[in-house]
Amino acid sequence: MVTKVQFGIFSVGDVTTDPTTGRTPTEHERIKAMVTIALKAEEAGLDVFATGEHHNPPFVPSSPTTMLGYIAARTERLILSTATTLITTNDPVKIAEDFAMLQHLADGRVDLMMGRGNTGPVYPWFGQDIRQGIPLAIENYALLHRLWREDVVDWEGRFRTPLQGFTSTPRPLDGVPPFVWHGSIRSPEIAEQAAYYGDGFFANNIFWPKEHFQRLIGLYRQRYAHYGHGTPEQAIVGLGGQVFMRKNSQDAVREFRPYFDVAPVYGHGPSLEEFMAETPLTVGSPQQVIDRTLQFRDYFGDYQRQLFLMDHAGLPLKTVLEQIDLLGEEVVPVLRAEFAKGRPAEVPDAPTHASLLAAKTASAATEPVDA
Amino acid sequence: MKLVVITAGLTQPSSTRLLADRLAEAVGRRLSEAGKPRVIELRELAVDIANVFVTGFPNGRLREVIEAVTEADGLIVVTPIFSGSYSGLFKSFFDVLDNTALAGKPVLVAATGGTARHSLALEHALRPLFAYLRAVVVPTAVYAATEDWGGAQDPFTDGLGERIERAAEELADLLLRRAPQARTAREEDEVVPFEQQLAALRPPH
Repeated sequence: MVTKVQFGIFSVGDVTTDPTTGRTPTEHERIKAMVTIALKAEEAGLDVFATGEHHNPPFVPSSPTTMLGYIAARTERLILSTATTLITTNDPVKIAEDFAMLQHLADGRVDLMMGRGNTGPVYPWFGQDIRQGIPLAIENYALLHRLWREDVVDWEGRFRTPLQGFTSTPRPLDGVPPFVWHGSIRSPEIAEQAAYYGDGFFANNIFWPKEHFQRLIGLYRQRYAHYGHGTPEQAIVGLGGQVFMRKNSQDAVREFRPYFDVAPVYGHGPSLEEFMAETPLTVGSPQQVIDRTLQFRDYFGDYQRQLFLMDHAGLPLKTVLEQIDLLGEEVVPVLRAEFAKGRPAEVPDAPTHASLLAAKTASAATEPVDA
Repeated sequence: MKLVVITAGLTQPSSTRLLADRLAEAVGRRLSEAGKPRVIELRELAVDIANVFVTGFPNGRLREVIEAVTEADGLIVVTPIFSGSYSGLFKSFFDVLDNTALAGKPVLVAATGGTARHSLALEHALRPLFAYLRAVVVPTAVYAATEDWGGAQDPFTDGLGERIERAAEELADLLLRRAPQARTAREEDEVVPFEQQLAALRPPH
């Protein structure tokens, strides 16, 4: 299926007490809930499920490919992704192997998003130095990029033991590496990195004002063109978003407020109304969510992927599943139709394994000398 | 010439604001083309500043103030002395600035307190704070104890008026001798080309 814009869910995977009941799910319940949410995403007609990666409580998803492999076996169409994979503290060799394996098992329904992580102690726990965060992201990804594209790699760098005659197995499915997004909240270096490789750039677009992400995405688009991958408008952009919906907007506000007021990320701070004015958070009716999301295109240009954060702040699973139903039934069909209107033909569709394979085949046919 | 005054006084009217105004007037008098200085009352931004600690970003109102401070040619900063140091609100405002926002910027530091016994807080707390921020702090820091508003000077020390004039002279002198700098709050977007970032990581051979 050709999808101009992919829609999906991204989960942080936090275990948070429901402030309205005082009940805290167990790790087991939360892990199973994440799987249920992913399955619901496919059932509701969404395109993507992405999990975070964390190595400290109260977060459960320390082993993303294990979880995604399990979800892959129980879904047919859903693209499995990450938000984010820690390119700084994971061994790039292990990322290459784990995600190539997942790609085979999922018949290509895999991409991933690189991130540096925002938890200081994770660096020393994995033998790294947080002050080297950007250099680690750059060097580790440079190696990962080669491991997926060259059968035999000789390599030496600053941070990892050298490799001589190393072949990462399994090789990527059909010789097509998983598509990579680079996520960044504040670093222009990462926008530059995404542009250099012609990879996607994902702005999480939650918690911060849109002006901040407009600058980062603008830089990425401009540098994407600079490196000859296409026009700025053809750069591959993904956005996050955070919504809570009920049919009636007053019901949405009333139900979400107690969760918002004590949420781990922004609770005990500005009011819900102030936060909605300052950030892309939308709490209201499906129509309000549609209107707000359509504005993203005006702010950031035509883009390829929209992920929503829905299972956080201690919201019970039942509520999250209702949210995904609303998204699938009332919001995404309208967004698909509206985003297709006036979208220039040269703006690429969201990348998939099939589209990358087709591009590879086409380029091999026209440029037989080019390896 | 953009002169910005930051005052952390809490009452209205406030002696901290009074000191800030007198310093601004004394500096302004020495700058021929000085417009009216922008005065920022941190009291009005107290909740916005606290919210940055919770949300990680400044709201629109505070963002505009941060940009004005970052783009200023010079600052006059005045805090009440609480528990032997600057007030928490005063420090919080400088905590939410980018740590390079004040680099190279001339700053006049001043404080108010109930008793002259706390006057060295300027030297032991404010001066190191602005040294950390790499600001250029003028040599005279102005402290106004309650008694200074009367006429506490004696034949052996300068009164508040003289100290204000001396500090103002020092700040004006720095401002007038500096080449104007194009400062913007957007410098963060400058990017090092990727090949250069990669090359910097190549192991030495």
